Amino acid sequence: MSSGLAFSRMNNKLVFFSALVLMLLVYGFRQAIFIAPTELTMGNIQRIFYYHVPSAFVAFTCFFANLIASLWYLKSRRLSADAWALATAEVGVIFCTIVLVTGPLWARPVWGIWWTWDARLTSTLLLWLIYVSYLLLRRFSTSGQTPVLAAVLAIFGSVDVVFVYMSIRWFRTQHPQPVMGPGGGGLDPRMGYALLANFIAFAAYGALLVTLRRNLELRRQRIEERHAMGALAGASR
Amino acid sequence: MMEHAGEKTVAMQLRPASSSASLVRTTISTLGKDLRLEWRSKDALNAMLFFALLVVVIFSFAFEPTAEEARRITGGLVWVAFLFSSTMALNQSWARELRHQSLDAFRISGAPADALFLGKAIGNFIFVALLEAIVAPLFVVFFNLTIAQGAGALLWVFVLGTWALVVNGAFFAALSLRTRSRELMLPLLLFPISIPALLAMVSATSAILTGEDSPTLGLQFLAVYDIVFTTVCLSLFETVLHAE
Repeated sequence: MSSGLAFSRMNNKLVFFSALVLMLLVYGFRQAIFIAPTELTMGNIQRIFYYHVPSAFVAFTCFFANLIASLWYLKSRRLSADAWALATAEVGVIFCTIVLVTGPLWARPVWGIWWTWDARLTSTLLLWLIYVSYLLLRRFSTSGQTPVLAAVLAIFGSVDVVFVYMSIRWFRTQHPQPVMGPGGGGLDPRMGYALLANFIAFAAYGALLVTLRRNLELRRQRIEERHAMGALAGASR
Repeated sequence: MMEHAGEKTVAMQLRPASSSASLVRTTISTLGKDLRLEWRSKDALNAMLFFALLVVVIFSFAFEPTAEEARRITGGLVWVAFLFSSTMALNQSWARELRHQSLDAFRISGAPADALFLGKAIGNFIFVALLEAIVAPLFVVFFNLTIAQGAGALLWVFVLGTWALVVNGAFFAALSLRTRSRELMLPLLLFPISIPALLAMVSATSAILTGEDSPTLGLQFLAVYDIVFTTVCLSLFETVLHAE
């Protein structure tokens, strides 16, 4: 009874937070599409930037949080830590996908190429690959062992990212380096403001998705636990 | 009473030395068992050899390179072929332990887990190195290569590169054991993690074959990669072995 009450109270908070996130996203959209001035050389295509950069921020934050949650799980063996790890990995992959799709869409008209094997792009791609394999591992492993195996892979992945970045810088340097669009200092204040608005909106949106996904996973864990307890009770009767 | 306490201190003094001795002893016996099994059946080696041979032939049909192109692309082709064929040996080596619950027996035996891992990693290193020794000359023949200089550096690339593939491979093969459709899972986990090592191997090999560049940076990178990932594997293997 009391746990049911706690749930509904949590849901009220989440409903309020969801409404706030929606308003932030609408406000960010208005700033990015209608208020911020059109960039001189790139034109409207530059507006992708307001979604690309905040998405990258959310993705990398999620992957970092996943590492922390994985270490926390290995240390404490608490299933709630694993719920955080799962939620951050899934949301991270989604936002990383957005980054990888919006990047080439912007690069083609501006750089004239869809893709270049520079350190930042390639590291993002490999990070995405590692976390997709992480999600596959979770899908394929038997439920009792999933948290441990996933946490171990997360540690491997984070060690690997350092090597990925250095290897591409050292062994792939013959490729043309892209020149960043607006150089230092040339950013219109309204552009900066639109970027900031979307940063906040996307961060809140990411946090909301992670929380919802974590709650879902906690419930799934609880159901599984009840089933196991029920089976035990049935066996002992 | 005094005698008892005396025994205890002796036991405590002996423990570190004896545990490292048992690490070496268990590693050697695991390794010896794997080598003997492989020597009798030759399952993994035969499968790997034929697979690698097929890859060499298919690559040379698919690309039909001139001598100049061959020098440039062989570094990539060689390592892709070895990466793919090494997964065969790696999958085999742990699947063996499942028969008759020998892995479970090992887990409750109290023998150091690291010894089992090292035994497997070294065993697979030997198998893959054997494969490379046989297949690398085939690459030289089919792609008309001449290795004018840097044969010593090339040997180092092969040693460090093979260890980089095999150490993570042995770890992820053990990890895949705990999943459904484990043979499918190994490449999906191993390939993303191995990409930086692969880049370094390919760059060092191409540098030697074309003679345009120095392989030193690639070799250093591989050495650091090997040390770091061997450490990570050893520190996490026990967690994976006892994952329940």
